[in-house]
Amino acid sequence: MSLRSDVTHGDEIRSPKLGPAGWARWIWGQITSMRTALLLLLLLAVAAIPGSLLPQRSSDPNGVTAYFQANPTTAPTLDKLQAFDVYSSAWFSSIYLLLFISLIGCVLPRTRHHWDALRSEPIDTPRSLKRFPAYLAKPSKQAGVLENFAEQLRRMRFRVKVTKTSVSAEKGYVRETGNLLFHVSLIGVLISVGIGGATSFSGQRVLVEGESFVNNLAGYDSFSPGVWFDSKTLQPFNVKLDKFVATFDLRNKTNIGTPLDFEAFVSLRETPTSKPVASKIRVNYPLEAPGANIYLTGNGYAPVLTFRDKDGNISFSGPVIYMPQDANYTSLGVIKLPDAKPNQFGVLSFFYPTKAVLKTGAFTSGYPAPVDPLVSMNVYVGDLGLDNGIPSNVFSLQVHGLKQVAGGKSGTKALTLELGETKQLPQELGTVTWDGLKRYASLDIDYNPMQVWIFLFAVLAFIGLITSLLTPRRRVFARKTETGYELAGMAKNDDPRLQGILEELVLGLKVRKK
Amino acid sequence: MKDVMLNPVLDRYSLVAIFAAMAIYTVAFLVFVWHLSRLSSTSKKMQKSAPKLERSALFILITAVLFHGAGVVMRGVAASRVPWANMYEFSITGSFVIVAIFLFAWFVKEIRVIAVLVTGFALLVLGAATTNFYVQVKTLMPALQSYWLVIHVTVAVLATAFFNIAAALAVAYLLRNWGRLKKSKAPALQLVKRVLSVFPESKKLESLSYRFNMIGFILWTFTLVAGAVWAERAWHRYWGWDTKEVWTFIIWTIYAGYLHATATRGWTGARAAWLSLVGFAAILFNFTIVNLFFKGLHVYSGLK
Ligand code: HEM
Repeated sequence: MSLRSDVTHGDEIRSPKLGPAGWARWIWGQITSMRTALLLLLLLAVAAIPGSLLPQRSSDPNGVTAYFQANPTTAPTLDKLQAFDVYSSAWFSSIYLLLFISLIGCVLPRTRHHWDALRSEPIDTPRSLKRFPAYLAKPSKQAGVLENFAEQLRRMRFRVKVTKTSVSAEKGYVRETGNLLFHVSLIGVLISVGIGGATSFSGQRVLVEGESFVNNLAGYDSFSPGVWFDSKTLQPFNVKLDKFVATFDLRNKTNIGTPLDFEAFVSLRETPTSKPVASKIRVNYPLEAPGANIYLTGNGYAPVLTFRDKDGNISFSGPVIYMPQDANYTSLGVIKLPDAKPNQFGVLSFFYPTKAVLKTGAFTSGYPAPVDPLVSMNVYVGDLGLDNGIPSNVFSLQVHGLKQVAGGKSGTKALTLELGETKQLPQELGTVTWDGLKRYASLDIDYNPMQVWIFLFAVLAFIGLITSLLTPRRRVFARKTETGYELAGMAKNDDPRLQGILEELVLGLKVRKK
Repeated sequence: MKDVMLNPVLDRYSLVAIFAAMAIYTVAFLVFVWHLSRLSSTSKKMQKSAPKLERSALFILITAVLFHGAGVVMRGVAASRVPWANMYEFSITGSFVIVAIFLFAWFVKEIRVIAVLVTGFALLVLGAATTNFYVQVKTLMPALQSYWLVIHVTVAVLATAFFNIAAALAVAYLLRNWGRLKKSKAPALQLVKRVLSVFPESKKLESLSYRFNMIGFILWTFTLVAGAVWAERAWHRYWGWDTKEVWTFIIWTIYAGYLHATATRGWTGARAAWLSLVGFAAILFNFTIVNLFFKGLHVYSGLK
């Protein structure tokens, strides 16, 4: 008699004598039961926790590397358990896939059941009404009471069935419709997320002021495509970084040095032949290019340096990307000169936009804008390891095996340069000139063709959820008794208005009588 | 954004208002406790005076919430933006919303017994906010300069407030149904038992708790979807299993479990109440531990 039981499957106890088909049905019944859904939901919540405790390859690859270095014994074991790839791991995936199988197995019969219910009359009035959550009985000699109730209930938009001795009425079918919409839309979200992951791409590119980027595979610093991604679909647009402006607070005392805005002024050419259009990219406000969105994800300084050997031949000249290390943009840059004569050498360099001196004598930066900039350099000679074909990170220098000839404990002080200065390098390595200062922007170029679908299904799920949770589903019964009539009501999830409705019906009766 | 003037003086006034609110909350808390003890007294005369006491407590609570609200508004004006961009601000705004919603629900008679819990919780949050989370007014970092800060966070605060009240009701429910306490004859527990006997019947507590959780779940679902939309704009992907995203998901899943529990035979009542508390514990964890100690993109506590 419960409204609940007609949508919950498999909760009933079955007899143990089963054939193979019976077993299959029993297992299916278990999987699609509400209790299983509940347990799987809770299991999913628990399974998601380790991914927030351990660094994940997808969101924090450097963290994973650091974890391996700090825990060389446990890390490989954890890695075998896919603890650094929790959200794509076999165990996490099996939980949510099982949940969605259960969901499908649940939604299909419910949809059919609901479809039938929508087209059939309300159920027969149960024999005994006394034990319903809302109930009242009144003596009455009035004629046409049942017809009156039926009429009132119809006006309250109940669906009504009248027999000689009773009225059965039901309302709020849209609750179940909403519920089904919600659950079906979740399946839609999952499928769209899956397809989106396979067809999308995400690429990164660092642009120094004045540089431009063409949208093809060679244009990216790094590129991660989904398994079904076809690089031929990349539209050949072109983005040039004209100017990068970072604004920091200088006026509010408590806030000095806080970034107020980052603006990348770019020109976009949608095709190689179209005219450039000036545009601006800010954090939170990406640029929409054909077939990709361009996001501003980072920025920093790129001092323009020129290295000459002792005969004055240029061995390197151009802007060097320095990675910010703190909020005041103390930045670290690496320059490798494998072709330098007489020895190859590498430079580990710091940039301080506003130089300041710590108590220890070391430099630091006191403010993020270039008020009084300084570059310092540590120089290492030796085999840089670039000739053996093993790709190496351009942003780091493996100093192991190299000989430090400037800075640190080398006996020679680290080189320091002001803007425009030229300094002699040690050991006849030549000179270095700091010619100019540019800024750079780190851009993310991403596209996920399923994104609109994911959003659409999420919105549908939300509409379904509100509809189902906020629509009361009620049944009201009336029956003639020997002395008068009785009324009863029930609802899915308890409903404080239920008794009130019955009383309204009685009141409606009296209004008529007058 | 570029020429924002902060107003540190007004921020001091805001802090003073918050401290005043804390003092008045303390008084309100004590009067609510006093009221409960009167209500559960064996003397008829004492019981009769209870409603009057309740009215005084309500009046004090309203005074406290006015000061609290003034503190929140002044903080926003001092920063020239919405007052919920770091942990301190989120705490003072969030606790304000919790008390405000509770006051809106005051007309539901059965809810009034949790006044002690709600007032006490607000007091705790403000205490932690002023002593541990306080930071001076700052401008918004570029990643937070978006209207989504208004939409996403407002709804998250509201959801938290509803979950909070539901959790308080769940505590009341569990106390009320604490078997060992019911059976115990220890004199020390007699007072507790008398206090519990003035609580609304457990069915009512259960259904009220369900209602608040249900609204909370709708708001949380919105928070999650809005967060994904914002993440696409700010972080170039709608979902990346960032620690905060993970915990938002965990909380959502727990409460989805709760809603299924209320519809599953054998899982209603105490089990559902416990689930509701587990969900709220996850919310507190998400807000405190995850903000302070976990690495991720949502580093907006403003604390070093
Ligand atoms: C991804 C997994 C699932 C999620 C997130 C989810 C979420 C929800 C939510 C939020 C509700 C509340 C709506 C309401 O109470 O009317 C609900 C209700 C319901 N769900 Fe699910 N669900 C999931 C899987 C399932 C599965 C596998 C089943 C099948 C056993 C199921 C059956 C139901 C039923 C029958 C209701 C109605 C309960 C009632 O309203 O009394 N759900 N679900």
